[in-house]
Amino acid sequence: MSGKQASWIRNRSWLKIRENSVVSFLWLCATVSVLTTVAINVILLTESAHFFEHISPLEFFGSTNWAPLFEPRHFGIWPLINGTLLVAFGALLLALPIGLGIAVYLSEYASPKMRGLLKPVLEILAGVPSVVYGYFALTAVTPFLRSISEDIEVFNAASASIVVGIMVLPTVASICDDCINALPQSLREGAYALGARKYEVVSQIIVPSALSGILASFILAFSRAIGETMAVTLAAGATPQMTINPFVGIQTMTAYIAQVSLGDTPYGSIEYQSIFAVGLVLFILTLAMNLVSQIIVKRFARSFE
Amino acid sequence: MNQPADSAMPLEGRDMGQGSKKAAREADISKRFQPRHKARANKERLFVTLMTAATASAVLLLGLLIFEVFRQGAPWLDWQFLDSFPSRFPEKAGIKSAIWGSVWLGGMTLIFSVIFGVGAAIYLEELARKSRINKILEINIATLAGVPSIIYGMLGLAVFVRFFNLDRSVIAGALTLSLLVIPVIIIASREALKTVPQTIREGAFALGATRWQVVRDHVLPSAIPGILTGVILAMARAVGEAAPLIMIGALTYVAFVPENAFDAFTALPIQIFNWASRPQQEFHELAAAGIVVLLGFLILCNSIAIILRLRWRRFR
Repeated sequence: MSGKQASWIRNRSWLKIRENSVVSFLWLCATVSVLTTVAINVILLTESAHFFEHISPLEFFGSTNWAPLFEPRHFGIWPLINGTLLVAFGALLLALPIGLGIAVYLSEYASPKMRGLLKPVLEILAGVPSVVYGYFALTAVTPFLRSISEDIEVFNAASASIVVGIMVLPTVASICDDCINALPQSLREGAYALGARKYEVVSQIIVPSALSGILASFILAFSRAIGETMAVTLAAGATPQMTINPFVGIQTMTAYIAQVSLGDTPYGSIEYQSIFAVGLVLFILTLAMNLVSQIIVKRFARSFE
Repeated sequence: MNQPADSAMPLEGRDMGQGSKKAAREADISKRFQPRHKARANKERLFVTLMTAATASAVLLLGLLIFEVFRQGAPWLDWQFLDSFPSRFPEKAGIKSAIWGSVWLGGMTLIFSVIFGVGAAIYLEELARKSRINKILEINIATLAGVPSIIYGMLGLAVFVRFFNLDRSVIAGALTLSLLVIPVIIIASREALKTVPQTIREGAFALGATRWQVVRDHVLPSAIPGILTGVILAMARAVGEAAPLIMIGALTYVAFVPENAFDAFTALPIQIFNWASRPQQEFHELAAAGIVVLLGFLILCNSIAIILRLRWRRFR
């Protein structure tokens, strides 16, 4: 009897040790994400600080001339921001109407069977790597655009915009679809009882009610488009310039970072540090947009509880 | 249209001019409230066509993409292509080192990201108290999931390549990709854990199980299919990523297969990028052949995830 009791006790203390060690290991796992955030901030800030020791922030944010690789060097980031926004707005122009259209079709018109077929297609579309879209832009979209007009350059913003638009399409579609599905059925039924047709319900009831969620999906898509790298590196060229003409070559922030790291840039050089300064701007832009879209989605979820 | 303020006005307060205006307005309203069945039916038809067209365009785009890649790449796709190292002669070039690099990367990323991702999800969902710190952790993870992949590449470059001196090795790449997909895995795993009914936990606690025993023996087994789906999709993403690997300086010309975790490597997306950025048509076709292999793998991953999800739904 006593032996059995002793084993119980031993067992319990061992259990306690195991319990504590497992729980602390899992806690450690959870802190990895915090460490990642801290590390991203520290690295971007310290390396950018080195950069700003050589180049004044006044030039960085005040000049519109970006020529970092050849003498005389200029570090005015606006051409890169201009290129980034040009591609991102172009992408949204394509992704927003089509993405919202898909969401409306999926949630209001498609039969359950059709929905079951289409959802995986969207998932596959979302899972296609960006380098594949870059290839598609270069070998299919650009030749197509150039067959319309000879004046379009080989590397151009429009081609990059189109493929980035296709890339963020599933994001827009699936978030809008979720938001529309979260709307209470009574909203639709009320409108139908008043004799509304489906398009009237969609355009006057569904879309306005889900507007904040739809807006959040747009912001998220915009932030994705800004952070997209491979497709714009392949298709949009490497000529930073201030232009709103989508048919000429431009350079985005991400493409510049990729271009520098593809070359042999010595560690600690001004080019090396410049990618961190550009990265910092990119990080702050996307972070701000992600936070805004998260807040909107949370508010939206609460408004129908 | 209908103004309630008007009807609330006392009748004697109106003069004749207003009365005739009112009659005109009523006529106007009754005109406006025609059912107009035909016009609306037409509008409905137009609307349905537009929505269907939007959806069809997405399906067509995917079809076109796959068709284009196959048309260009299929003639190059043979055993010689799979079993050769990269070369400057297109007819001799292959993706052997890229495939093995991707296998190494994928495998190691899988190990790191599953341990830390699922571990973090279990802690946050099952063990952590609902405190303010955990709220912040949650927001933090959601934010990390939206950070562009190239920023993770810069992180990997500064931390793993420079600070830990791992150089351009497989392990530096795998750690970078792990950080990239851990938030994705955490979010998916937490969703899966949330669907496990509370009664299962309460039953086990009532029998005297500790928190870890409850998680290990009861919660995890019923959440596994959901977690697996998230992990597979995250792996598909990691294997297709090129930007972070370019940042940490993965090489494009590697004529050997990595032997251990500290070897230099190349990977399929990098090889594809390299070929696609060359001007010659032959290399574009090689890139297409590489894409066929990559897409084949990704579609396989997606199909497994879809099947798992369907089975799981039926099972529950």
